[in-house]
Amino acid sequence: MKLDPWPFVTAAYAIVAIAAVAMSLLSWRAMRRAERALEESRRA
Amino acid sequence: MPKPWFVPAIHALANPARFLKIARPLTPLLFWLGIALAAFGCWAGLTQTPPDYLQGDAVRIIYIHVPTAWLGMAGWSGIAISSIAYLVWRHPLARVAAQAIAMPGALFAGLCLVTGSIWGRPTWGTWWQWDGRLTSMLLLFFVYLAYMALVRADDDRGGDGRIPAIFGIAGSVLLPIIRYSVVWWNTLHQGQSIGLTSSTIAMSIMWPLFFTLAGFTLFFAAIVLIRMRALIAGAKAEARLRRKATV
Repeated sequence: MKLDPWPFVTAAYAIVAIAAVAMSLLSWRAMRRAERALEESRRA
Repeated sequence: MPKPWFVPAIHALANPARFLKIARPLTPLLFWLGIALAAFGCWAGLTQTPPDYLQGDAVRIIYIHVPTAWLGMAGWSGIAISSIAYLVWRHPLARVAAQAIAMPGALFAGLCLVTGSIWGRPTWGTWWQWDGRLTSMLLLFFVYLAYMALVRADDDRGGDGRIPAIFGIAGSVLLPIIRYSVVWWNTLHQGQSIGLTSSTIAMSIMWPLFFTLAGFTLFFAAIVLIRMRALIAGAKAEARLRRKATV
């Protein structure tokens, strides 16, 4: 039986999009947190 | 003997202050250009290309599967090159670069496995097969995880980063195995279909792949820069607090 490919295509694109957004947010948050800690260490 | 042209450039960039001066404006540029190119490539791949005569619409998964495979392997090449630079020249930025590449590299290697598996179900009729290409890529994913655990353990015990660097170089032995697995073994995975000079894929199907390849590569570079900036800032803050505590 031939499977409809579109649910597979949609799932693949959705997983990559979610992973890319999550990695961007986590990396950005880690950078902001580290730069804030550096600023605080300068002031302390 | 004269030094190769890139050695002075590497030494110049290895200064953290100079690196940050370049990385700060470069990060948003790479990030947004990468997102724009990848988004355009995905849109074109989903809507502007014909279905493959054999695979049908499942072929559209290649526009994300090929860039994730390329970046999973390129990421480890980056770790190996940075590790060599760290062991040879002891530049702390090379160590930071290797550490910053590990997480996005692991993620892209994992996404390559997942998207390949999703593509395999409607095309091959199976989610997974223990063939040369799939198994060697899975090994690379585990090697990424082992590298990240090793970096953390080395940091915790106050190591100088030599052991993760040696592991980074040793792990690169997997790259030619992945590359030539479809030649050396009779695998379910198809042979090489995209080369530097020729391709077996029709241009009417392949052209969006150039956009997703370029876009995801720029996006990957931006993420590495963001993570390098986080590691540099974290190390600086820690060193400053330690200095103040000892005064």
